[in-house]
Amino acid sequence: MAKTSSARQPVPKLKKAESIKLYREMLLIRRFEERAGQLYGMGKIAGFCHLYIGQEAVITGMQACLSDGDQIITGYRDHGHMLACGMDPRGVMAELTGRAGGYSRGKGGSMHMFSREKNFFGGHGIVGAQVPIGTGLGFANKYKENPAVSVTYFGDGAANQGQVYEAFNMASLWKLPVVYVIENNMYAMGTSLYRHASQTALYKRGISFQIEGEAVDGMDVYAVKRAGEKAMRHARSGKGPYILEMKTYRYRGHSMSDPAKYRKREEVDDIRSHADPIDGLKALMLEQEMVTEADLKQIDKEVRAQVKDAAEFALESPEPDPAELWTDVLKEA
Amino acid sequence: MSVDILMPALSPTMEEGRLAKWLKAEGDIITAGDIIAEIETDKATMEVEAVDEGVLAKILISEGTEGVKVNSVIAVLAEEGDAVPAAQPSSAAEGAIAPVDKTPVAEPVAPAGLVDAVPPRFVPGHDPAIPDGTAFEDVAVRDALRDAMAEEMRRDETVFVMGEEVAEYQGAYKVTRGLLEEFGSRRVVDTPITEHGFAGLGVGAAFGGLRPVVEFMTFNFAMQAIDQIINSAAKTLYMSGGQMGCPIVFRGPNGAASRVAAQHSQDYAAWYGHVPGLKVVAPYDSADAKGLLKAAIRDPNPVVFLEHELLYGKSYPVPQLDDYIVPIGKAAVKRTGTDVTLVGYSRMVGFALEAAEVLAEKGISAEVIDLRTIRPLDFDTIVESVRKTNRLVTCEEGWRHMGVGAEIAAYVTEHAFDYLDAPPLRVCQKDVPLPYAANLEALSLPGVDDILAAALAVCEGL
Repeated sequence: MAKTSSARQPVPKLKKAESIKLYREMLLIRRFEERAGQLYGMGKIAGFCHLYIGQEAVITGMQACLSDGDQIITGYRDHGHMLACGMDPRGVMAELTGRAGGYSRGKGGSMHMFSREKNFFGGHGIVGAQVPIGTGLGFANKYKENPAVSVTYFGDGAANQGQVYEAFNMASLWKLPVVYVIENNMYAMGTSLYRHASQTALYKRGISFQIEGEAVDGMDVYAVKRAGEKAMRHARSGKGPYILEMKTYRYRGHSMSDPAKYRKREEVDDIRSHADPIDGLKALMLEQEMVTEADLKQIDKEVRAQVKDAAEFALESPEPDPAELWTDVLKEA
Repeated sequence: MSVDILMPALSPTMEEGRLAKWLKAEGDIITAGDIIAEIETDKATMEVEAVDEGVLAKILISEGTEGVKVNSVIAVLAEEGDAVPAAQPSSAAEGAIAPVDKTPVAEPVAPAGLVDAVPPRFVPGHDPAIPDGTAFEDVAVRDALRDAMAEEMRRDETVFVMGEEVAEYQGAYKVTRGLLEEFGSRRVVDTPITEHGFAGLGVGAAFGGLRPVVEFMTFNFAMQAIDQIINSAAKTLYMSGGQMGCPIVFRGPNGAASRVAAQHSQDYAAWYGHVPGLKVVAPYDSADAKGLLKAAIRDPNPVVFLEHELLYGKSYPVPQLDDYIVPIGKAAVKRTGTDVTLVGYSRMVGFALEAAEVLAEKGISAEVIDLRTIRPLDFDTIVESVRKTNRLVTCEEGWRHMGVGAEIAAYVTEHAFDYLDAPPLRVCQKDVPLPYAANLEALSLPGVDDILAAALAVCEGL
């Protein structure tokens, strides 16, 4: 269960510019996802669509400790990761609407988007498959003597896949520069952690492989950042992989078609009102008189405009040319 | 009473070996479990342990003898205290010729189609890319594959080999022999037994800018990894709108070995051939094994490279060229003919060539096409041949249902229907999991006789 705000450590004096940046990034993800949900309801986005609302602090805090060249890879709940990597919201939203302006030119959809430029390696639809792939990115870094670290995200559900442990074993055996971030949002689709995991302390899942791990309040962006910095240092220094279990929560369903019968509305409301990552940071910034309500309103206004622009672009962008059906199957040898 | 010590079979596919060294001499007392000799197979040097006790009465095959057949008598063990011919002169002088005629032991059953007769040699120079006057050298398929990897690793620093037992063990089937010594453990990587994991790791390494050659000890084990091969390697280029190329080779033996039963004997050509985004290669001889593997390693796409364990030890001519590449996607006409087209890949090509010889004796001229690549499949060469011969027999080691032959037959029916004088026939494995028993295995696997029967059937009335 995600910790409540009362359990949080008091944060020392925040840095203003950084706090505003983190706040803005989390807000962008929140507003973007709300809009994506709306467009889904309007039939403009189809198929599977997994929203990140509630989990924003995880990717935002982690991104704050990455260096140029570090790679990111995740599963299908990937919109937040892409925005935090600096991918253009227009291109992400246009992929959701299946248009030519999308990152995969409409051929991948919500779960399959990539950006070589931003070192975002997807966007993978098979639960857990990204874990060996992310480990392979770490292998390539080490092979090429590239100081980059592969940050490999997966959920509490994926943590039960066998290939995760195959990857853990090799990553530790070969001391690969990989940080595994387990986004434990408490539910593997509709099955709660307590019904799907024999060891619910997921940060301990690397013990048999000699991989250090720790649990982190994934609803507190600064807690994420502190833990992330330590993990990145560990991986970058040649000590091998590190596991961070981010205790977080998703407010929306597993996907848009989730009937939400497996948890009570009160549970969601409780976390939302006591542990929301955006509200939490906002309260701290106000408390430390770093910003005014008016400043925050202004940020909100700008973010809304950005999301509105992305949505308009995504709806105006044409569908892919029929000729696109046959492209990108193979590369020219 | 004396006991014959027989040349042991040290692997499922071993037919003969070299008696490298005797560790016991005539007159020595032997206890069960003693290591008495070292034998070199085509894969490794193995120690031979005594099973019975007694005195090593006579060594019949001296050390250094090549080509000692499995089950031939290599020495005689006498009971201690028996009057034994131990004092007789050593057989060392009798020398190199193993007296195999003494063996009353039944030869291992050689089911039709399981043990190759000497297959007809392909004619060097069929490839227009090989200049006139090029020298050829006989090279075993396994060494041709190794040479291809070594050449590409010398050329390109990003090429590396990973898999189970590829490094220190020198390859479960010796295909990677010597690579560790030349390239070191950074580039020749022994993995744990973890197919799903290392296939995915290889895909990630390819995304990360390397060119992995991932060896599966056999493609039967790649079923553990097939999600990564198909969902991650084959589909990501498309799903990323062309951003994420995956230059990776998945290679290893495919199809039946010998007496290893159902879980180790499947032909996956049709499985992988089904998937857009993959290239699928299945060479027969050494030149193609080398030239196609080099092409596969350079290809910017994921390539499934299907080898055949029973071909690894066979030698065929390889052109002595600095950089011999065979393009992926081109079939080869291995024998020209006018009456019937026999299309096969991998080991079936050898059987088709043998069948063509027999057919020639019967006055039937068979054209033999080696597909070499399963995807993209060179339909043009097949259709062109069928327009000439008007008859088609497909040959594959896999099952008939939804198989490679089914695809070829459908295509030819669609594109050369008016040229066909008989319905295309498919030679395939029987529609059962491959049995272990020698006789049942022979009944299940397709061989020369099956191809002959099919060819004669389509040529009826010719």
